[in-house]
This record gives sequence, structure tokens and C-alpha cells, in this order.
Amino acid sequence: MTVSVERKGAALARPGGMRASGFSMRTKRLLWVWGFLALPILFYSVIRFYPTLQAFWLSLTNWDLLRPAKFIGFTNYTKLFSDPQFWKVFKNTFTYLILGTPISLVLAFAIAFFLDRVRFLHGFIRALYFLPYLTTAAAMAWVWRWFYQPPPIGIINDVFGMLGLPQQPFIRSTDQALYSIMVTAIWAGLGFQIIIFMAGLRAISTTFYEAARIDGLGEWAILRKITLPLLKPTTVFLVVFSSIGFLRIFDQVYNMTTNDPGGPLGSTKPLVLMIYQTAFNSYAMGYAAAQTVVLFTILLIVSLLQLWILREKK
Amino acid sequence: MRKATLFAGLVAGFSTFAFNAAQAVEIEYWQYVFDTRVKAMDQLIAEFQKANPDITVKHVTFPYADYQTRVIAANMAGQGPDVMQLFYGWLDKFVAGELLQPLPADTFPHDKIESEFFPIVSAMKRGEDYYGLPTAVRSLALFYNKKLFTEAGLDPNNPPKTLDEFVAAAEKIAKHDASGNLTVAGSTLDMGGQDHQWWREVLIRQYGGTPYTDNDEKVNYDNEAGIQALKFYTSLQLEKKIGQAGFMDEGQAAFRAGMAGMTIDGTFRLGSFKTIKDFEWGVTELPANAEGVRSNYASYFANAISAKTEGEELEASKKFLAYLTSPEAMDLWLKEVGELPARRSAALTEKNVQDPIYGPFLRGLEYAHTTLFKDEAAQRQNAIDMANRVLLEGQSVEDSIKQAAEAEQEIIDAAKP
Repeated sequence: MTVSVERKGAALARPGGMRASGFSMRTKRLLWVWGFLALPILFYSVIRFYPTLQAFWLSLTNWDLLRPAKFIGFTNYTKLFSDPQFWKVFKNTFTYLILGTPISLVLAFAIAFFLDRVRFLHGFIRALYFLPYLTTAAAMAWVWRWFYQPPPIGIINDVFGMLGLPQQPFIRSTDQALYSIMVTAIWAGLGFQIIIFMAGLRAISTTFYEAARIDGLGEWAILRKITLPLLKPTTVFLVVFSSIGFLRIFDQVYNMTTNDPGGPLGSTKPLVLMIYQTAFNSYAMGYAAAQTVVLFTILLIVSLLQLWILREKK
Repeated sequence: MRKATLFAGLVAGFSTFAFNAAQAVEIEYWQYVFDTRVKAMDQLIAEFQKANPDITVKHVTFPYADYQTRVIAANMAGQGPDVMQLFYGWLDKFVAGELLQPLPADTFPHDKIESEFFPIVSAMKRGEDYYGLPTAVRSLALFYNKKLFTEAGLDPNNPPKTLDEFVAAAEKIAKHDASGNLTVAGSTLDMGGQDHQWWREVLIRQYGGTPYTDNDEKVNYDNEAGIQALKFYTSLQLEKKIGQAGFMDEGQAAFRAGMAGMTIDGTFRLGSFKTIKDFEWGVTELPANAEGVRSNYASYFANAISAKTEGEELEASKKFLAYLTSPEAMDLWLKEVGELPARRSAALTEKNVQDPIYGPFLRGLEYAHTTLFKDEAAQRQNAIDMANRVLLEGQSVEDSIKQAAEAEQEIIDAAKP
């Protein structure tokens, strides 16, 4: 097959051959490429881009699933921006992002950095860190939910009791609930980030380190001058990936607070949960679409901003 | 020759099959998945088909969380059930969306409905029309743990009858450890469970108020009655320390585990509590106030006919709905699901009223109220937040009530079709 194609190619390359088949080699290649690309493009257009555009349109309507959608201009947006509930949710979402992303990345890097040097039981320890990532978020959230219970059933409070520390309300408190849930989300995502960081660390050629050591650089300098800069592509990927994850946090919150979703008093509610409730509890689809557009815009801005800040400076 | 006979037989077989198919009407029935309900409905359908061989009923179920969305989405696609189950609180939405048709008055005459069913079926009436009828209804009662009663020196055969007795019993049962943590609750406090109904339809009325006016479209609890009711409720945790919101995660879990002396819950919890092996429990009517005023909250899933059903299917659907709301079906439902018959005659039999478990629920039905929720989830959330502001943030009961009343009015106004 390849042989015949090459022969044809050779024939086409000769003057006059082009006219015989009607297309140049270049055009043929392009046709092939686009032929293969057409399928995913079509797929994405139908199941991604079309619904996205549809959501933009819906956000300008009062659609409630039951009656035909009516165009109402920017009413949904003005309602959203004047809703104190939205600003609370907005603040919660950014708390998850601004604290969650750096903490999880620093932790993941530190663990990956040291785990990389461990030879004893290396595979086992790595598996232990990765395990939570494989577990269903819902199952994990429920286990943590029970850990956080007040006495007599919460394990953490039991331990506090034994150590003589005061009991904590955790997810029953408006001050602690968000952080209690954030800890579980960080813990759950850690394994994945460690694996990616370790792959990044392994990809750095050991010759750089050898050269640095011969030149007499200390460990700290090696970390700052060699490891971190060369790890930048990995870091950029993880920052973007983890930020999007925290901006879209839902499973942990929903499952840890099912009796009072996003509570108590909305103190743990992220934007995605608000969208879910607006759409599937109140059936205000138009209003939910407006919230989705806002979330989309935030995700877009945050991602572009990060790519720009962490860009390769030439 | 043998082949020919065989062929003739086959043809005959097919033709009778085809003939039957032409005669038979198939209707679709939708409800949500709940094991005992699905089993009971399968039995009812089998009985119905035996009596009506020309009708087949296709039973379709969905998980509860998806159920409403499925019904609405199917309707948009021009499909969906002929007869469907719906929570009474969804009626406004379903009527506004033209999902349902009024019950034909020839099969379901209004005077019959009003005289034979419990008055709470009026929640299915809009304008001059009834849009559905329930097979079974649910009410609330006080469950109590006889073992904890005995341990606390209380008479397990004489459960509290008034709110004062309720508090006194709970105070005796509640236990705390050295640092003041609750280890056994006197009674559960769980606004996310049934307590918000207790507060709304029972406590407010016992303190002399009515939670809503104008067909439940005007919030009417930002007053002394509402304040007193919420004060009583929150004082159970803050002052009397007989329970704690979030204790053992959920009220029903605490009671099941034998860690709570009492809990207020509905008939729908009977199935789950019947599997308790560690202790004996009893049921009694919700406590009355000092003047003997009682109230209760009743709710139900009704069965209704889809707006698009017509012709033969409509006739078959009418027959099926009539069967589902017959005393016979109600008896079976009570036995299999544990929910109370919606007809007085089927419910208030000597045997049922004397039943130690069904009796208190049935007596509660006589004076029960049914809130006409506009957005059930949001109104429930509002009550949870109202209690949490007092319990967690130390807001004054007066301010919390005021805020809750304003917020709920907004929810009701926004949900108006």
C-alpha cells in the first residue's frame, strides 16, 4: 500500500502528472487530513459547540422547560448580579480556587520531589497517593462526611476528645465547612498531580544535575535554577487543570451536604451547585443558563490569564 | 402434509395474535423507583389486567431524582405516560405546563370525591377541576424508642401527649458526656427531615397562627405565632439541650441507631423502621399543645391522566385510574407499602384505627393540613436556613423569622406561573 502510494506520489511529482489526477499531492493530503478531522469536528459541533451556543441564547430567555422560551433580554443577568446569593456563591467558588490550587500544587510538588528520591517501597507509596484519585468522589465524600460528624460518631472529633482538644463542628459550621470540604478535594486530586509532577521530574535529564553538582551548586540552587524552570510546562498544565477542577467543584460539596446542599446557610455552595439547583430543582432553565455563561466566562478568563502569566518568555 | 398443517397452525396463531393486538389497548404508567411501591403497582396492574383483558398497562419507573425532569422532558418530546404519579406539590407546575387533563367528571364526580376521600385531596383541585387522585396518603406521627423510655424511668406504654410532656420526656432521655457533648438525644432535630413540616403546619397553628393565607400564596408567619413556634423549636437545642441539629448526621439515622428517644417522621419511614432489631419502638400522635390543639401535615402522591391521552387510551386510562383509587387497591397499598388509604371508608376501619402503628397516623389525618407548595425544595431550604441562622449564627428568632418570611414570599411570587 505504502509502496504504491509512494509510486503515485513520484509520478505526480513529475510535470504533467498533476493534471492527470486533478489534485496536487498537497491538496490530496489536505483532503485526507480534513477527511479524518471532519468526524471529531462534526462530533464536537453537535455535542459541544451547538449546545454552548444554545446556552448563550437560553440565557436571554425565561425558559422553564414547560412553556416555550420567551426572549427577555438581559433580565436574567441583572437579576443574577443583584442576587446576594450569587455573590456569596461567587466568593465561595473563588475561595476554593485561590486556596485550593496553590495548596494542592505545593503539596503535590513537595511529595513528588521527595518521593522521587525514595527507593524503598517507591511503587507502593506512589500507589497509596494515587488511590484516592481512583475512588469515586461520591463514596469518598460520604466517608469524610462521617469522619467530620460531631460526637459520638465522628472519628476526628473522637481523636480530638482523646487528645483533650475542643470538639469542632466542621461541616455543621458556617466558618469551617468550606475548608473542611476543600481539604477532601485537595486530598482527592493529590495523587494525579503527584504522578504528573514525577513524570515531569523524570523527564529532566540527569546531565543537568551532574553538571550543576560538578559546578558546586547547592540543593536549593539546583531546585530553583534547574528543576523548577524545566518543570514549567508540567506546572502550567497542572495549574490550569487544577484551577478548572476547583472552579467546577461539585461532587464533594453536594455529597457532603445532601441534607442541606451547599449549606449550612450556603457557606459551601459553589457556582456549579447553584446552577444545578436553579436548573433541576426550580426548573428556571433560562436563569441557570445565564449562570452557566458566567461560569464559562470565568473559566475562560482564568485559563487565559494563567496561560499568559506562565507563558514562555522569549 | 405435516408441513402444511404446521403452516396452517402458524398462520392461525399469527392471525389470532394480530387480532388480539388490534383489540388490545396499551397504556403507559409512570412512577418513581421505590421498591415496595413498584412491587405493589405490579400487583395492582396484574389484577387490573385480569379484570380488563383488553387493556395492557406498561409500568415504567425512573429514579426519584430524575423523575420530574423525565416527565417534563418526555412531554416536550410529545411522548410520555398516559397515567402518571405526581407529588401534590408539583401540580401548579404540571397544570401550567399543560401536562395534565382534568379528571373527566363522568368517571370521577366531584361530589363523590369530596364525600369519600379525605379533605386533603382538595390540593389536587384547580379552579373547578380535579387533576388527580391519590391511592394513599401520608401523615406524621411521633416515633419513640421504648427501650430508652424504660431506661429513663418513663412508661413505655404512655408516650407524651402534649408538648410539655414531650419536652419533659426528652429531657429525661437526653444524655451528655463530661464535656457537654450530646451522646443520646431526647428527640431528633432535623429541619431537613420532617421538622420543617412540623414547624410550619403544626407548631405555628398550635401557637395560634396560620402559616399562609390566600391559598398558601401569602406568607403569614412573621408574627407572634411564628416567633413563638420557632422559639420553641430552637430552644429544644439551645436551652433544653434535648437534641442537636446534625446529630448522627440525620434524625432518622439517629433514631434507627437507638441514639434518639423520639423522632417525628411520616408513614413512609415505617418500612425502614420495621427492620430495626435492637429495640422496640412505638408510634403516637404528634403532641397537642396545652389547650389540646392538634395538627398534622399530610401529603401524597396522586395519579393523574396526561393531557395528550385521548380516544381508546383515554377510556383505558380512566378505567385504570378508577381502579387505582378503589378501596381494593388502597387495601393492597396499605399492606405492601404501609401508606394510608385515601378514602375514609377504606382508611377508618375498626381494624386500622385500633392498629397500634397505623392508628396514630390515621387519627392525625382527620385534622391534617396540606401545604400548597409552590417550589417545595426552595421553601424547605428556606426553613432550614431560618433555623440554622438561629442555631449556628446566633441571629435572634425575630430577625430570622422576618428574613425567612420575606424570602419565602419572594420564592412563592417567583414561582407563580
